[in-house]
Amino acid sequence: MADAKVIPFDDDRSRARRRPGRAEEPSGSGTGGPAAVRALPGAREVPEEARTEASGAEAPEAPEAPEDGGAGAGPGRAAWERRLAGGLAFLRRRVTGEYEVDEFGYDAELTDQVLMSMLRPLYEKYFRVEVKGVENIPEKGGALIVANHSGTLPLDGLMMQVAVHDHHPAGRHLRLLAADLVFVLPVVNELARKAGHTLACAEDAERLLRAGEVVGVMPEGFKGIGKPFSERYKLQRFGRGGFVSTALRAGVPIVPCSIVGAEEIYPMIGNAKTLARLLGLPYVPVTPTFPWLGPLGMLPLPTKWTIQFGEPIPTDSYPPEAAEDPMLMFNLTDQVREQIQHTLYKLLVQRRSVFF
Amino acid sequence: MGKVVLVTGAARHLGGRFVRRIQRDPEVERVVAVDAVEPGHPLGAAEFVRADIRRPAIAKVLAEHEVDTVVHLDVTGTALGAGGRTSVKETNVIGTMQLLGACQKSPRVARLVVKSSTTVYGSAPRDPAVFTETTPAKSLPSGGFAKDAVEVEGYVRGFARRRPDVAVCVLRFANILGPRVDSPLTEYLSLPVMPTVLGYDPRLQFVHEDDVIDVLDLSAREPRRGSLNCGTFNVAGDGVLLLSQCARRLGRPTVPVLLPAVTWVGTALRTVGLTDFAPEQIRLLTHGRVVSTTQMREVLGFLPRYSTAGAFADFAASRGPGLLPPETLAGAVDRLAGRVAPGARPVASGTVPSPPTPSDDGS
Repeated sequence: MADAKVIPFDDDRSRARRRPGRAEEPSGSGTGGPAAVRALPGAREVPEEARTEASGAEAPEAPEAPEDGGAGAGPGRAAWERRLAGGLAFLRRRVTGEYEVDEFGYDAELTDQVLMSMLRPLYEKYFRVEVKGVENIPEKGGALIVANHSGTLPLDGLMMQVAVHDHHPAGRHLRLLAADLVFVLPVVNELARKAGHTLACAEDAERLLRAGEVVGVMPEGFKGIGKPFSERYKLQRFGRGGFVSTALRAGVPIVPCSIVGAEEIYPMIGNAKTLARLLGLPYVPVTPTFPWLGPLGMLPLPTKWTIQFGEPIPTDSYPPEAAEDPMLMFNLTDQVREQIQHTLYKLLVQRRSVFF
Repeated sequence: MGKVVLVTGAARHLGGRFVRRIQRDPEVERVVAVDAVEPGHPLGAAEFVRADIRRPAIAKVLAEHEVDTVVHLDVTGTALGAGGRTSVKETNVIGTMQLLGACQKSPRVARLVVKSSTTVYGSAPRDPAVFTETTPAKSLPSGGFAKDAVEVEGYVRGFARRRPDVAVCVLRFANILGPRVDSPLTEYLSLPVMPTVLGYDPRLQFVHEDDVIDVLDLSAREPRRGSLNCGTFNVAGDGVLLLSQCARRLGRPTVPVLLPAVTWVGTALRTVGLTDFAPEQIRLLTHGRVVSTTQMREVLGFLPRYSTAGAFADFAASRGPGLLPPETLAGAVDRLAGRVAPGARPVASGTVPSPPTPSDDGS
């Protein structure tokens, strides 16, 4: 079934069991201070308010939440007040619906203020992601980032999104292409759309690239994310290479990206195939902790991650009709794949240990 | 010698407005308004012919009045007055077949404009985010108005093939909103508490009724220089609104319901007669639908006056305030801001960029 669903732009990011809230708590309680100093205005208070905002009518209850946050912030009452005011202005726009989304449903404000702040503790404190070569993503104009995919749950895509969002000098936003499963699941599809993800299909990818967006794709798809632990860091087949022809048609460079660390977060030692077929999922992982420890087993291992963006591969030297040349497509796909695999090995050699 | 325009569905609100509008065109000599029922609104100088387009008599009307432009607006989702889904479907499908048959027989007919809908694309999670005119639907609508529209378009394509001398323009309208538009969606948006599908926030696009009349007028005339008005075009306002945004802007609370339960609630509401909550409507409110309007702008040369948000604001203003008016909520937040951070109060309304507000009533 999983094979039947494979589409050229395959990036399965079932965020169903993504647990930003839960993962945030262990680190969040200890990191109130550093988080409060971060430059992003209102980043700390906003999640609290955003939750009350969901029900709309609870505005009168809100004063407690910002005050708690303020007590911890300590120095600089003016700065705190400014942040609080920013948060309240955000809340005001949310309750009145006066914000904008693009045609893909991307809610830039919500992503910046809430979703990224929820993922950031996971990114900074839990996986301690190290980003290299982010300057390889062009300052402006479209680019297609092609990355390896692993980790049972598509946390690698989300971390890549935070990496681009937080580290790129031009503050670019990564628009990920996700598997159709993401858009079938309730709640997940809503969050994915608001975070700027869209279905991995040539139409959407080309539309985004032509609009000058940075698009992220993981062509291994379910084959990559659901591969057993024994095959870690071995790149799977890159779909049918549809991503290359899309990049060529849009005339944007391809930026290979290698992610080290995601393979070990859920070491998949088995696959409950019957259960997966029953649930209509591509796989149901069995790890040393899941399902044996119940929900606790769903906690990812705190591995140390490295995300390396490689040298961009330009595609604008090819004529438009080159996108119809299968041989060239295969060669380019292999080139991208080789480069990612090569970088993966290099990063693995440099790595001191899985966890540090 | 001016043109003679025949308009079907003249007893409906949009039909009536269009009949009154097209008469003002100096090129138009006569307007023949056709519907099965007597219209409740004035039609100006237009000649009303009471005819059922499901009957072959329509061919006689075409011949008698020497019609050269046919504007087919009688493709709708709801019945006018009494009559259930069956009669609506018959008018849509059989009516279109009869009308097209009559057009094919009439050598004078030179232009045909058909009102269709973006429901022909269906709504599925596996669809691309934005539909262009050439996107094939992943899941064809299984029934209801959407299926009618698909069938109507099929017949229109057949007609265009058989009569290549006739300029055929199919306009696929997004959800039409306006102060006086009556559709299942406007009924839904008028509910005091809006049931939504839990875990889904569909993207919606609207087109204002004024723009509908304008674009119909544009496509019923000779094409302007540098534009082409035959073919199939999506018609929608700029931008996208999420259902949650719509509810907040209307000030109506939402009740998220599990998807299977939505179907039951829909059936229950339909039984009580509160709303026509058809399955296709539920699919729209689950997965949403956004279409590309590049063809409309660049080929048809039509620029809508209302954006999606603008059309929605005009609609919202025509409905009474909801249970949670946005002004009240905004006022509550402002009061809160005044209490908690009095010094920072101006920042809350000042430095924060709020692009949606001006574009809302503008456009």
